Amino acid sequence: MADTPHPAHRTRPLSPHLGVYRWPVTMATSIVHRMTGLALSAGTILLCWWLIAIASGPEAFNQFTALATTPLGEVILFGFVWSLAYHLLNGIRHLAWDLGYGFAVPTANRSGIFVIASSIVLAIAAFALAYSGHGGFYQ
Amino acid sequence: MSLETPLHKVRGMGSSHSGVSHFWRQRVTAAALIPLSIWFSVSVLGLMGAHEAATLAFLSQPLNAILMATFVVILLFHMALGLQVVIDDYVHGNASKLLLMLTMRGFSIAAGAVSIFALLRIAGPL
Repeated sequence: MADTPHPAHRTRPLSPHLGVYRWPVTMATSIVHRMTGLALSAGTILLCWWLIAIASGPEAFNQFTALATTPLGEVILFGFVWSLAYHLLNGIRHLAWDLGYGFAVPTANRSGIFVIASSIVLAIAAFALAYSGHGGFYQ
Repeated sequence: MSLETPLHKVRGMGSSHSGVSHFWRQRVTAAALIPLSIWFSVSVLGLMGAHEAATLAFLSQPLNAILMATFVVILLFHMALGLQVVIDDYVHGNASKLLLMLTMRGFSIAAGAVSIFALLRIAGPL
């Protein structure tokens, strides 16, 4: 017993840190769900700004659209659109889990890949519609 | 014999305080936001490239104004519930947690008030 080190000085095996894990689909989709939620929270400022601009008259509205159509504005808008598509689709996936559906690992992996792929497709489709002039059907 | 745990006695409350209602509110607002955000996306896409007058006309229609107000309010409520969880997870220390939580709630309420005011102005006098 004499040569047993004091418990505080014993080198215990450490639990591996997050960095050593490969990223399973379910882990990635969970982290991205929170990240897109944070991005959409910041995006509410854009939504408020848009509503204020419409309420404030043509000058403020044109200023908003001018800024929104700059390259940086479009990148931010694409991020917002993709975040909304992702958070909406993955949110439905979460609601299905809450109801007890889709918990099997292969199912959860497949629905995760489906959510990632279709959110990208939806975001690109929205921008393609807008660029090709097929948006604006309410005018 | 008391079935209370020592921690329960010290805190004077159970292990959970309002977790269940938070859980339910997050799910119910999420479900409500499914049709509302689809309506919002289709509407914004439909207003692409529209001039101020067309956008104003769209949002001053009663149904659109009501849907937009509902969307904004439920969205901000859902956002506040979600951000609360993020703050609970990552911010420790009572002072910084309280400060961030109050800032976040303040922002949500201010954003809601500003949006409703803008929508009332857009809808104009009845």
